[in-house]
Amino acid sequence: MKRFNAIFKKEFFGYFNSPIAYVYLFVYIGLTNWLFFKTFFLGGQASMRSYFGILPILFLFFVPAVTMRLWAEERKSGTIEMLFTLPVKIIEVVMGKFLAAFAFLSVSLFLSLSVPISVAIAGDPEWGPILGGYLGVFLMGGAYLAIGMFVSNLTENQIIAFILGVVITFGFYILGSPIVTFSLPNFIVPAVSYLGLGNHYESIGRGVIDSRDIAYYLSMMGVFLFLNIYSIENRKWR
Amino acid sequence: MINVQNLKKTYGSFTAVDDISFEVKKGEIVGFLGPNGAGKTTTMKILTCFMGATGGSASIAGFDVEKNSFEVRSKVGYLPESAPLYSEMNVIGFLKFIAEIRNIQGDKFNTRLEEVSAVCGLKSVMNRPIAQLSKGYRQRVGLAQAIFHNPDVLILDEPTSGLDPNQIIEIRELIRKLGQEKTVILSTHILPEVEAVCSRVIIINEGRIVGAGTLEQLSANSHETVVAKIRGNEGAIREKLKAMPGVKEVLLRGAANELSTYEIQPDSGQKLNEAVFKVVADNGWSLAELRSEGASLENVFTKLTRSAQ
Repeated sequence: MKRFNAIFKKEFFGYFNSPIAYVYLFVYIGLTNWLFFKTFFLGGQASMRSYFGILPILFLFFVPAVTMRLWAEERKSGTIEMLFTLPVKIIEVVMGKFLAAFAFLSVSLFLSLSVPISVAIAGDPEWGPILGGYLGVFLMGGAYLAIGMFVSNLTENQIIAFILGVVITFGFYILGSPIVTFSLPNFIVPAVSYLGLGNHYESIGRGVIDSRDIAYYLSMMGVFLFLNIYSIENRKWR
Repeated sequence: MINVQNLKKTYGSFTAVDDISFEVKKGEIVGFLGPNGAGKTTTMKILTCFMGATGGSASIAGFDVEKNSFEVRSKVGYLPESAPLYSEMNVIGFLKFIAEIRNIQGDKFNTRLEEVSAVCGLKSVMNRPIAQLSKGYRQRVGLAQAIFHNPDVLILDEPTSGLDPNQIIEIRELIRKLGQEKTVILSTHILPEVEAVCSRVIIINEGRIVGAGTLEQLSANSHETVVAKIRGNEGAIREKLKAMPGVKEVLLRGAANELSTYEIQPDSGQKLNEAVFKVVADNGWSLAELRSEGASLENVFTKLTRSAQ
């Protein structure tokens, strides 16, 4: 636990040691608020639907930006050798990094609480869909993060890690959408659309919390974190 | 303390480490010597559990590097080549991170920090970001990190590479000090380094051990040559010198006017200086200079690593 804490702290505060974190937060908060308030007063509805609607797309770019450095930087600078010759378990490092990235993403969501606050001031919103929406955002964000972090381990170039992260999460995101399912043979459509990151999010966003959706996101995180651990272990004993 | 048996590491068809076996006893400072790309770093990466071996086995303090990797990593302090550090952290933050991972906290951390920063000379840079440090200081932070938990075994990969002469002397002094109570393996391709620091040498070339022993043992295999500057007829001198018992070869190094420099190589370990002088005196030549060229580690190294090619 102490080792996990050490990794978590190093990674989390590591974000704030570089100017990229501040640029990231500034752009994220600016963009989400702008996109939301652009139409908020026109719609005349006290709901956060449009906010939750744009997040899956924004996350396609913002989450890989959070995860790209996690392994690529260690590999590029060679610190990965220092790290894994310390007495740490791989799972402690992987979870420490993952939860630090998760915490950083939470900070950016926390800093955009301006959205629900102004919704509450402007009208009398239904809180069910808003809480459901946040749950969905955290779950989806976690799945994106696990994918992005796994991809970061495939290269020592952060830019490549970012682009690969965008491409792969985008791939998972559109898997369930009609564009993809339309061209597939009927019998595999349910399986493929179950794998899509987007579908599950939409149902949670409507305030319908289904254990299958939650299980889906948790298993996506589990699979990619496992792959991450596995690929590091595999590198070591190659 | 360190036991390596038939260690082998291949990358595809390339063999980086080829059937290496050696042993390091407690309290020794062993120099791992070889040209670049000889397999020194690979061996060290296997010993510190960063890489797996393709064949053979290695153990440190009785723990197998593969099966008991966690214990090995707890016992060993390792400075990787060119000291990779988290450059966005400051020195104290970095050492705190290392200490936390190694479970050194509270008062113990404070005393260790005091000791280590004094030994490594880091007090003046404690709050500086690592990114701003000079190569010499980075190397010292790397060493501080390696010795923080007071390990019994230290593995240092080219600890002085890229440093200026003063820094090299400081780091060597430090390693020698540490070596009084620890087992140390350090790799280098700088020969004087080994002569200055190590009690024993393992020479490695193209993945194989080509020589091992103390400095005296290694030098004993290579014979002293005699260099003489003699005035007189060149042909006659060479002939007479060559005729001496125990002489393998006489080479002409250079000539100016009537004064020529000869290199006389013995065919065994015997000393030829006196015999050469006698020959010169008997023939009535004049001797301008007579000296022996020691069998330096450099000669041994060149001989061993060249002949293997």
